Amino acid sequence: MLSHIIAGCLRFSWWRAFASGIQRKFFGEGVRAVPLAGHVGFDSMPDQLVNKSVNRGFCFNILCVGETGLGKSTLMDTLFNTKFEGEPTQHNQPGVTLKSNTYELQESNVRLKLTVVNTVGFGDQINKEDSYKSIVEFIDTQFEAYLQEELKIKRTLHSYHDTRIHACLYFIAPTGHSLKSLDLVTMKKLDSKVNIVPIVAKSDAISKSELAKFKIKITSELVSNGVQIYQFPTDDESVAEINSTMNSHLPFAVVGSTEEVKIGNKMVKARQYPWGTVQVENENHCDFVKLREMLIRVNMEDLREQTHTRHYELYRRCKLEEMGFKDTDPDSKPFSLQETYEAKRNEFMGELQKKEEEMRQMFVQRVKEKEAELKEAEKELHEKFDRLKKLHQDEKKKLEEKKKSLDDEVNMFKQKKTAAELLLNQAQQAGGSTTLKRDKERKK
Amino acid sequence: MAQQKNLDGYVGFASLPNQVYRKSVKRGFEFTLMVVGESGLGKSTLINSLFLTDLYSAEYPGPSHRIKKTVQVEQSKVLIKEGGVQLLLTIVDTPGFGDAVDNSNCWQPIIDHIDSKFEDYLNSESRVNRRQMPDSRIHCCLYFIAPSGHGLKPLDIEFMKRLHEKVNVIPLIAKADTLTPEECQQFKKQIMREIQEHKIKIYEFPETDDEEENRLVKKIKDKLPLAVVGSNTIIEVNSKRVRGRQYPWGVAEVENSDHCDFTILRDMLIRTHMQDLKDVTNNVHYENYRSRKLAAVTYNGVDNNKAKGQLSTKSPLAQMEEERREHVAKMKKMEMEMEQVFEMKVKEKVQKLKDSEAELQRRHEQMKKNLEAQHKELEEKRRVFEEERANWETQQRLEQQKLEASRTLEKNKKKGKIF
Repeated sequence: MLSHIIAGCLRFSWWRAFASGIQRKFFGEGVRAVPLAGHVGFDSMPDQLVNKSVNRGFCFNILCVGETGLGKSTLMDTLFNTKFEGEPTQHNQPGVTLKSNTYELQESNVRLKLTVVNTVGFGDQINKEDSYKSIVEFIDTQFEAYLQEELKIKRTLHSYHDTRIHACLYFIAPTGHSLKSLDLVTMKKLDSKVNIVPIVAKSDAISKSELAKFKIKITSELVSNGVQIYQFPTDDESVAEINSTMNSHLPFAVVGSTEEVKIGNKMVKARQYPWGTVQVENENHCDFVKLREMLIRVNMEDLREQTHTRHYELYRRCKLEEMGFKDTDPDSKPFSLQETYEAKRNEFMGELQKKEEEMRQMFVQRVKEKEAELKEAEKELHEKFDRLKKLHQDEKKKLEEKKKSLDDEVNMFKQKKTAAELLLNQAQQAGGSTTLKRDKERKK
Repeated sequence: MAQQKNLDGYVGFASLPNQVYRKSVKRGFEFTLMVVGESGLGKSTLINSLFLTDLYSAEYPGPSHRIKKTVQVEQSKVLIKEGGVQLLLTIVDTPGFGDAVDNSNCWQPIIDHIDSKFEDYLNSESRVNRRQMPDSRIHCCLYFIAPSGHGLKPLDIEFMKRLHEKVNVIPLIAKADTLTPEECQQFKKQIMREIQEHKIKIYEFPETDDEEENRLVKKIKDKLPLAVVGSNTIIEVNSKRVRGRQYPWGVAEVENSDHCDFTILRDMLIRTHMQDLKDVTNNVHYENYRSRKLAAVTYNGVDNNKAKGQLSTKSPLAQMEEERREHVAKMKKMEMEMEQVFEMKVKEKVQKLKDSEAELQRRHEQMKKNLEAQHKELEEKRRVFEEERANWETQQRLEQQKLEASRTLEKNKKKGKIF
């Protein structure tokens, strides 16, 4: 009934102007705004959409980056009114690792799948140059997983468990002076990949006046280093005011505690000191309530949207460009997925074939070279033996000569011997006859 | 993997639905509805009745008032707002459908139109630089069945069979005020029987966990297909202003659930299931189109033994990556094999060379030995010879001496030393 009246009022005066404005701005040509003669009922569309989301359940992933001991786990416990897993870590980690835990939470009929990712060992090493790397890698891995799912031929995006990091709480140590260089370097590397919400941790260590100066210093350092932190959105009229107020309170100075202390007649979360009690949910004491309000109650959905439409798109664009994909320019044919894929594939196959050919050629070359080498060796070998053979032949010849000369000598000797014997025989005969005569004479 | 955790107090994420609500209202909504049916079945009138607006008016005449020869596909976009919610409604009309004498393939322009919208969406989704992706895909197709009272015409069956896997088809009995309630019941039963017989998948209402809702859904299912009446005129009945059709015998009221199922259609189409129609289009029909399109791309030119009939779940990029890896592995193996063959051949040749060298060396040694043996033999022979000669010479000398001596004696004897 009420909606009828409202619809009636809206129908004429400013509606036409508003609608035509929207029409021109968003929908271009060919769209006319028409009035309705009654209640159609599509104003239930947001409810239909909301019901579907509630049935599906929500999911949110927070990454906590900060040095060991800054109260990251405690703050998570305080924010979500529960005790999450994890033992306090030591300071002796060799590098930065990321530990992630997923929890199912429920509040009235809303189911939330919350993943809390902690950086273990951040800031503990002597050389911290590579500290940011494992964080960037982790974030990229989640983007990559989503991209792969999105590119699959058969995909199930509507039931995909989104692990992309929606918010990064960056814990700044409460030194009261300025940001550490590790903080600046890390935040600079992360600001184009994730929504960064910087917070001053354990801010009960800083006095109010120091805190104001600290916040100013931090903000100016971030600006001068070009670090883009997450700004609460101010485009939606219903939350623009509160968001812009909160933006001016950044970075939030928080205190976390899961212990309860009795104040008045209520039990509140607090930290008890000899000189007083710091109440976590007291806005005069710290910005915890602001953080919770902004992070969870007002802008959770926006954080998710920004992650998907800005950070993820940037990652995706870079990744695709890296692989050589590009949109054809707008004047030529409209972009066709098929053609690009085919072209890419042909290029790619061509490259592979070329590589194969190159390798083959290289082998052919090596074979040739080796053959030449071996031929050379063979030649040398034959030469060597030819020489030896010649030597042999010379030797043989000499030997033959020697043999011959010996044979000559032997022959000569034989001749001499024969001649001599002949002579002797003759002489003997003569002498023998003489002897015989003598012997004969003797006998007479 | 995920643990249940109990919360000790109010955190605040229960406001997420409100955040989603807020953002969706800001974004605005879109819906594309297609109407198909022979001319004169009251399609334009029904649209006007559904959306309580003069979508088709004197200024913007509906397709039925225009002359058409072949099946055209025409779009009209209107922006309507209600309760702060803005809806960009696109009505896709198909004038000329079923009006020709030969209606073969009259569904083709419609199928082409649906596919081209899917193609547009796929292309804009696949761009490297993606911007706002306007969704002009057809979310719902209202198919108007002529109220013959007998059953589905062959054209009806053919059309629904071809489109039920591309779009959410909701069949409607048009101009239902020409059927009595009993005729209508019969007609509906007959139609549903034929739909089941031909395995046509019309849009199904999703089951929910809510019992109340399920009961409503069951009630609707019993009334399918919905028999509707539309009207552009407002008539006064019992001092109430209603949309209806005036007959001499009475007024058929559009929004009276005893007269027709219009309110059921309106409630279902607009008030409760509009989002679901969009979701089914996105998650089922579009995904089917996309996977078929991409599978065709990937398997173009690849060996079909592994691709036959199976849609891989990998993306083309992953496919290429895998092919690349396979190729690298193949090349490595080939390299190793070639290397092995090379080494083996080299070894063989080197061995041969070595053998040859050894052989030659052996022969050389042999010859040397031979020569040495001959040398030795010669030396021995010479030695023997020398010895013999020396001996003989010595003997000769002795003989000579003896002979000399005896000769001398002879001579001396002869000289007078005769005894």
